[in-house]
Amino acid sequence: MTIAISVKNLSKRYQIGAAETRFRYNMLRDVLVDTVYAPVRLAKALVGKSDRRTNKNYVWALKDICFDLEEGKVLGIVGRNGAGKSTLLKILSRVTEPTEGTVTVRGRVGSLLEVGTGFHPELTGRENIYMNGAILGMKRSEIDKKFDEMVDFSEVGQFIDTPVKRYSSGMYLRLAFAVAAHLEPEILVVDEVLAVGDAEFQRKCLGKMNDVAQQGRTVLFVSHNMSAILRLTQEAIVLKKGQLIKRAPTPEAVDFYLASGQTESGERVWDADEVPAASAPFRPIRLRLKDKSGKVVDTVRSTEPVTIEWEYQLDAPVTGLRVGIYLNTMRGEYVFTAFDTDDAKQYDQFGARPAGRYISCCKIPADFFNEGRYSLGVNASSFGVRRYFMDEGALSFNVDISGAPGTQWPEVRQGPIRPRLDWKIEKLD
Amino acid sequence: MTELVKHEPTTIYIKPSRGLAALNLRDLWIYRELISFMVWRDVKVKYKQTLLGMAWAVIQPIMTMLVFTFLFDRVARLPTEGVPYPVFSFTALLPWGLFIVALNQGSRSLVAHNNMVTKIYFPRLILPISSVFAGLVDFAIAFVILVGLMIYFQVTPAYHLLWTLPFFLLLALITALGVALWLSAINVKYRDVNHALPFLTQFWLFITPVAYSASVISENLSEKWLLIYSLNPMAGVVNGFRWALLGVGNGPDITLWISATISILIFVSGLFYFRSMEKTFADTI
Repeated sequence: MTIAISVKNLSKRYQIGAAETRFRYNMLRDVLVDTVYAPVRLAKALVGKSDRRTNKNYVWALKDICFDLEEGKVLGIVGRNGAGKSTLLKILSRVTEPTEGTVTVRGRVGSLLEVGTGFHPELTGRENIYMNGAILGMKRSEIDKKFDEMVDFSEVGQFIDTPVKRYSSGMYLRLAFAVAAHLEPEILVVDEVLAVGDAEFQRKCLGKMNDVAQQGRTVLFVSHNMSAILRLTQEAIVLKKGQLIKRAPTPEAVDFYLASGQTESGERVWDADEVPAASAPFRPIRLRLKDKSGKVVDTVRSTEPVTIEWEYQLDAPVTGLRVGIYLNTMRGEYVFTAFDTDDAKQYDQFGARPAGRYISCCKIPADFFNEGRYSLGVNASSFGVRRYFMDEGALSFNVDISGAPGTQWPEVRQGPIRPRLDWKIEKLD
Repeated sequence: MTELVKHEPTTIYIKPSRGLAALNLRDLWIYRELISFMVWRDVKVKYKQTLLGMAWAVIQPIMTMLVFTFLFDRVARLPTEGVPYPVFSFTALLPWGLFIVALNQGSRSLVAHNNMVTKIYFPRLILPISSVFAGLVDFAIAFVILVGLMIYFQVTPAYHLLWTLPFFLLLALITALGVALWLSAINVKYRDVNHALPFLTQFWLFITPVAYSASVISENLSEKWLLIYSLNPMAGVVNGFRWALLGVGNGPDITLWISATISILIFVSGLFYFRSMEKTFADTI
């Protein structure tokens, strides 16, 4: 079996601490001063005295990653945000250079991270296909040959000669995906595209990925959606803080990932540097999960109600605000989404909120959850205007079902909810 | 389902580059079609959703020429070595316009396409190169106007020198590309470039013999200052255009060689600087 991708001791270092470096380096003046001192630095480096400040303010996004992947295999990559998944894909697709280590790649790497890159709103669908194809490294003749197939796949049909700025977002996405999907690279890299688009489109994307895998191409698939990872890959690697901590057949790797690292204490506190500047004026403070007696817990009993409290600060008045939660299973299936101003009366009263500190809290009734682990995401947005803050995996918790309906039978019940239904049994004869 | 073409795939080695980066012109050659697509797109999109469309390519140089004619011919009465002033200044506006487009579009090319830079691999050189080439279309349109002006003012071109024109065009392209390479690479990290550009454009126009004749300079400057003046690579390009098209000026002399040497220096150093910064583009943009 030939090796398609061979990664050896791969490391990538990023500079952080933007505040300090901006002060030092962002002006041309500083470059000029720096340029003047460049020979001094070079001389120091030559005699082995490296500049002291080079060790400061760096973070390793990837550290000593090693793996080989055989041709025709589909490899899943899982890990939390910031674990280094995207950095790994960026290095493999040559967008950025590694700091240390080598990668040997046999064949063209195509990636579905880049759907629609280079699309110009003023150009027609047809023109954008050619443009985007060329950007992805296709020859004109190659695009000519696959053109009809791409148009069919994208279902934009009669609008192919309309500027894409008149397209609906769905059409736009389908067209963009069509080009990327027909690149037919030896190695395909897929990163979370499935998070966008409607269900039908997602089904199509997964189908296309399956085709690609069956043609004997190598696929790397990154996703937070564990059911997609389980369905599409045989083997997976788990990244944690830039390190490869597990490589195993997918079911084993997914279990390992779910069991490790995700645990928190029933409370999530956001430090100032964890909140992107773009979130202003919204500033999350903490998210807590409380049981019936008001204690912060990371394991809740399904037979008792649970309270979710999100505390946040508004540094300026916000209108149209809705603050809410997503609840997901650890396999990535949505259970529900709810906002604090879903009720029209609440919205009238709290749609516009003056600056200040707030708590939005809600109670999930007893007899709701099934056994297992759930992830709680948060979102603060003004509908159709702006999303201030989102963290899809802010907190995770376990549900203990002792005493729940049906627990007298020692079996696993499918599905994320376990309601206590009001069964009536009548004898009819 | 399409057939899987069986061929031996090329192997790519990814490793950190050290020292002076190789120019990797092979990749640039492989991606040559992308350059033509980018140029085509720039041209196609440039005048979209404008009322006057392509007419802008005509209006801009003509208006500049008219203002220059009024100020420097009617008011200041600058000498033009026997050529009608409109033709005299328009000849210089051809390479100057090309240079300005390259300077402005080229310097912003990487930042303007940051979604491409952060998502896809392709030789980054393509971005400044294609924005400079896109300027050639406006250049061609302006050239047609120049021919019209020459017919109208009954100016006979210097037929015996015309063959040198391509060399000066090449020199103009090299200068423009060289400056664009430097500024676009710097612009990725230091957006100071955006602020410097309007000033730089204006300043550069003053030190280049576009509105006035090079002879005014050579008559009024000492030998030493004349040499310093020729350090401006665009001075050589503009003088060369006038000489090749109209037969005015000195032709290739020491000042031209100085200008041309500087152009080539900027271009070559720009290429290497660009290549050495290229690896950090996606991280710092």
